[in-house]
Amino acid sequence: MALFRQCPDTGLFFHKEAENLMKANAVAGVVCLLIAGTLALLVVLTRWPAVHLLPADTFYMVLTAHGICALIFWVILFEIAILYFAGSTLLRSRLATPRWACAGFVLMVVGAIMTLAAVFGGNSSVMMTSYVPMRADPSFYLGLILFAVGALIGCFVYLGTLVVAKNEKTYEGSVPLVTFGATVAAIIAVFTIASGAEILIPTYLWSIGYISHIDPAMYRVIWWALGHSSQQINVAAHVAVWYLIAGVVFGARPMSEKVSRAAYLLYIFFLQLASAHHLMTDPGISSEWKIFNTSYAMYLAVLASMIHGLTVPGAIEVAQRKKGLTNGAFEWLRKAPWGNPVFSGMFISLVGFGFLGGISGVVMGTEQISIIIHNTIYVPGHFHATVVIGTTMAWMALTFLLIPVLFRRKMILPQFAKLQPYIFGLGMSMVAVFHMAAGTLGVARRHWDMGFAGNPLGFEYPATAYLLMGIAGIGGVIAVTGGALFVIITVGSLIFGEKLQPEAGLLQSFGVPLADSAYSDEKPARLPMAPAEAVEADHGEAGFEAPGTFILAMVLLVSFVIYYFINWKYLSEVWGLA
Amino acid sequence: MADDNNTDERDDEKISPWQQIIDNPFLLLFIGVAMPTVFYTLWGVMEVATIPIAPY
Repeated sequence: MALFRQCPDTGLFFHKEAENLMKANAVAGVVCLLIAGTLALLVVLTRWPAVHLLPADTFYMVLTAHGICALIFWVILFEIAILYFAGSTLLRSRLATPRWACAGFVLMVVGAIMTLAAVFGGNSSVMMTSYVPMRADPSFYLGLILFAVGALIGCFVYLGTLVVAKNEKTYEGSVPLVTFGATVAAIIAVFTIASGAEILIPTYLWSIGYISHIDPAMYRVIWWALGHSSQQINVAAHVAVWYLIAGVVFGARPMSEKVSRAAYLLYIFFLQLASAHHLMTDPGISSEWKIFNTSYAMYLAVLASMIHGLTVPGAIEVAQRKKGLTNGAFEWLRKAPWGNPVFSGMFISLVGFGFLGGISGVVMGTEQISIIIHNTIYVPGHFHATVVIGTTMAWMALTFLLIPVLFRRKMILPQFAKLQPYIFGLGMSMVAVFHMAAGTLGVARRHWDMGFAGNPLGFEYPATAYLLMGIAGIGGVIAVTGGALFVIITVGSLIFGEKLQPEAGLLQSFGVPLADSAYSDEKPARLPMAPAEAVEADHGEAGFEAPGTFILAMVLLVSFVIYYFINWKYLSEVWGLA
Repeated sequence: MADDNNTDERDDEKISPWQQIIDNPFLLLFIGVAMPTVFYTLWGVMEVATIPIAPY
């Protein structure tokens, strides 16, 4: 018999096994974030030219661990927690095969430990991309494979939960939009992990001597189906989190369910093809392949992101205007709960992802202008805007929401929690913007020493590049401070936060089940179908229902157009035509 | 019980084919795996595999 408890504050239902797995995955994810953030400080203090902290070999080891911990372990562990939340809690369903879900979690943790042990062992400093013919310790690849298998199990447990919910009729109509978004994330994850298996299993066999050779060009094509698609899982999932937070904080409904779902459908069709933009300068691959996958397919995925970027704040604006905040174009935004880290974190995530990550991503995905920033520090600038400001800040905002709801603890240090999104968002925006600026001046992406000291063919960057890298270093320290604050507040809340129900003990904060007395074997009432048609009928009849959002969208569009053509101007200066 | 079945049947009748596609996660899974497998992976691998090998 499945046991459920209902959160007295939100009315959400939690299946006992699903709840424990959500906690365990989220906590393990935050541990990985802590490791990644600590390593980030060392990376920042080394790439800051005036500090230049670590020696070269240690720097590459630390950078490898930072990349894998942040881009793979932290985000995917947290995503599995989101999948279980979207499948079980939002559909009021029991989790399918909780034992398999536990096995998947154990595999992910064991895989993460193996990989990190291999990296810190010192003989696997191959960076996250682990391009062949650089050879890491076999346990490095094996750890990644185990982690991927665990994540794949998590995805199929989620898909199984959708089947259980449908068969047991726990909801009416279509699944909620947030669950639909999580489904898209799970679908992208399946392709991503399958691609990882395609390339990491042969590479593991190569590392132990069973295969003599792996073609580096082939490796790059297949690896990027893993490397970039893993970040597309984030995009689908953090957009779902935006919709969730807009709904919870404002009671906002999507402006059009149909349009939002169609945008998600564009992700399913086209988002993963954008992996091709990593191979823009690779020889041996035709322009047809590059241009179709980026300039056609990728732009349709970008269109989908622009739709979400319009409909999420639009839904908030409509909800705020219904509450009477109708003065001018932006009263709804001025009077939003900026002191609530759930909202402020989510909104900074949305704006940073669109303005910094989105615009720079299109530039990187255009074959001609990509060449001027390819393999420069511009690239980390871009993906810190997408994955850190976009995804990590969305995860942080969701965590602030879930501490009382899922963990049943009151958040400690509420005044610091109010500031945390601003500190982290400011610092990370500085990292993104100034790295992109330095990359435009050509600063190399991965080189330990931007001055190339002691090299026979050294290169002297303009002094401005050193200044920009210094400012990015300051931004990095601010961001790490914000990240540390997040870990202190969240972990501190799980340990020292006031219990919101007596069963929520210390061990229960970390995945041990609450006492059975907290649960009931009564089946939750069927989730009623959302009145989408009624809401949509409200929208669209009065013309500009969300004028503030429309203005913001136009600002984004104009910024994009200007920046896009500035890059063509830069390109024209690279190759002067007589 | 019979009423429930009738209600479900009526609901099914109202659902458009387009909505039924959107509501089928396994069909979406097939599309989401097939599209990038064909246009990104297979096409990309074919391009690399057909590069002539340089003579020693």
